Amino acid sequence: MLEQVEGSRAVADVVARCRPQVVAAYPISPQTHIVEALSDRVRAGDLQDCTYLMVESELGALSACIGASVVGSRAYTATASQGLLYMAEALPNVSGLGLPIVMTVANRAIGAPINIWNDHSDVMSQRDCGWIQLFASSNQEAVDLHVQAFVIAERTSIPVMVCMDGFVLTHAVEEIDVPDQQAVDSFLPPFVPRQVLDPDEPITIGSMVGPDTFTEVKYLAAADQLAALEVIDEVADDFRASFARESGGLVRGYRSDDAAIVIVSLGSVHGSICDAVDGLRSEGLAVGALAVTCFRPWPEGQVTSALARATTVIVVEKAFSMGSGSIVGNDVRLALADLGATVFTAVAGLGGRPVTADIIRRLVADVRDGELEADVLHFIDVDRSVVARELAERRPARAGREAIR
Amino acid sequence: MTITPRELYQIGTYAAGNRLLDLDQRSVQAHGDRTNSITSGHRACQGCGEVLGARFVLDAAMRACDGKVVVSNSTGCLEVFSTPYPESAWQVPWVHSLFGNGAAVATGMAAGLRAQGRDDIRVVGQAGDGGTVDIGFGPLSGMFERNDDVLFVCYDNQGYMNTGVQRSGATPASAATANTKALGAEPGNIFGQGKDLPRIALAHEIPYVATATVADLHDLERKVAKAMTFRGARYLHVLVPCPLGWRSASHDTIKLARLATESGMFGVFEGERGDVTAVSPIRRQVPAEDYLRLQGRFAHLFGEHPRPDIVARLQEQADRTIARLGLLGAEPHDHTLEV
Repeated sequence: MLEQVEGSRAVADVVARCRPQVVAAYPISPQTHIVEALSDRVRAGDLQDCTYLMVESELGALSACIGASVVGSRAYTATASQGLLYMAEALPNVSGLGLPIVMTVANRAIGAPINIWNDHSDVMSQRDCGWIQLFASSNQEAVDLHVQAFVIAERTSIPVMVCMDGFVLTHAVEEIDVPDQQAVDSFLPPFVPRQVLDPDEPITIGSMVGPDTFTEVKYLAAADQLAALEVIDEVADDFRASFARESGGLVRGYRSDDAAIVIVSLGSVHGSICDAVDGLRSEGLAVGALAVTCFRPWPEGQVTSALARATTVIVVEKAFSMGSGSIVGNDVRLALADLGATVFTAVAGLGGRPVTADIIRRLVADVRDGELEADVLHFIDVDRSVVARELAERRPARAGREAIR
Repeated sequence: MTITPRELYQIGTYAAGNRLLDLDQRSVQAHGDRTNSITSGHRACQGCGEVLGARFVLDAAMRACDGKVVVSNSTGCLEVFSTPYPESAWQVPWVHSLFGNGAAVATGMAAGLRAQGRDDIRVVGQAGDGGTVDIGFGPLSGMFERNDDVLFVCYDNQGYMNTGVQRSGATPASAATANTKALGAEPGNIFGQGKDLPRIALAHEIPYVATATVADLHDLERKVAKAMTFRGARYLHVLVPCPLGWRSASHDTIKLARLATESGMFGVFEGERGDVTAVSPIRRQVPAEDYLRLQGRFAHLFGEHPRPDIVARLQEQADRTIARLGLLGAEPHDHTLEV
């Protein structure tokens, strides 16, 4: 049933219907509304057989989820930004131990300078930690991804981050269909842990592994990650069959089948890009969009086939690798290595700066006019006069090729 | 327990042998059906106080909880020497996650079990002093203030022994470690630093706090059993001498633990909800020097250039602990198990 509801509230509702047994969280904007609503649920008795823990830190939150998971309880947490970084030590521990914890990341910039608004620098910093990273392009998808995330995590024994853009999604009130309890119950079976601490059958979890075996353990984890791609796809198919809508999966194209120019992105900016695509299509340009829903594991094959007919690919990303350049763009470029497409990478929307359809249209125009160089990270919508003045003051004598544009 | 006068044939010890006691009063370790929570084959050093303490603690917990115990173990010697894959010395359900999060993992275990309605399974968290007083302190303090249903045990060997004997927040003043060497005018660890975690735990007003040593294993077992009669957060701080880090003879581990208590360098007490309720009195006080001289980490106080001034300051610390807890002239507390 469609209802007007805030994104965070809808996520809390659907997470409650996923019947978590332990919710452990520490407040950080813009994740707070989600866990506040879950706290209400537990207190009011709506969410039964669930312990809500108000812990002392994000490391404590994820660690409590680890404890809950190893005794066989379904565990959930949510965080953002600095909070995700404060968890950083525990993130690969969770994936290494194979614990199917689900976490919402309300994507937010990381400081300094401190900034509470949206970009993807938080999750991108943790892209190699062994968690599945799913990106919601809308609040409806954010809701749906949580149901899918528990299924994927518990089927693969790999933890899942559901990434939803902070404020842009978390605080936006819009029409959302939150699956009811019966629908969630029939889609998400009760948690059956792969291994559990049980006094009747004592086991040791978390051994020290030396050089003789460590590589094999990591190899198997890497193989499991790639195998998870199929599971993620299957679960999205099952979801479509059960709920009659498209959500999740690996990548999703929008008017991209016959497009010469395809704009690739993660998260909610896909919506603005689709608006821009509609505008450009009405002007007769063969433009399309591709949302990467699953960023880790990286669905290289699906990205390659989705972009196989494009001659120009523009990657719009809300984070970059300091001192190096593009993150998503580099993965896309590798996926297209054997094809002829030219790849442009643009960073936008840092620290909450809006990425409007107009900005996207301008980007496309610049690419078509030959204003942008391929294979170099471009900052779009940056105040050139400010950065030029600062750069001139800092190193007046140095000239030459700029690494970034 | 009724106190029956016995003639002791052991010399230099107040520990009455188990064999002198009635069967039902003997230690858990003296019983053939003990769990052997940590079993033979682990790689602990000869004379390791920590593994001795852990064995007694967990076997006593298993006895007290009808074998229904799950354990969270922070990174440290105890974790490393017990679980070199594919081997494990643990015969209890056991998880190691990280160095600083052991208490939070234990919190989650208790929460998860509660959600499943499995309150019969009890949670023990354990760590060394680094994992307790330093890197693990935030989650531990959180566990205390929320009164999570966990017994957290610190095996205090007064330093980062696993990483090569560096100073921790539990290292005593003037002790030489790898990063507080016996150099300069103030050799060894600095005076005025470090923290007294049992008292900090007590300040959280949790149901039960106790200290113990591996010199009085009956007392240690009793405190574990007593801790298990409470629900909520409980803290047990066990002094466990480390021959490697203390540069002491491996056969002196028990002796050192006893000298630590008999000198007042380590106070043994119990507390409930913020108040000290019982202490283990000093029966034959010894000077701190007797305790210090057996340890290479204090050798610089007694060598070619002795430092009686520093020894005097350490004695002052011991005197302060004795006075604060009333360790001299106190009545021995009732050993009757309140279970």
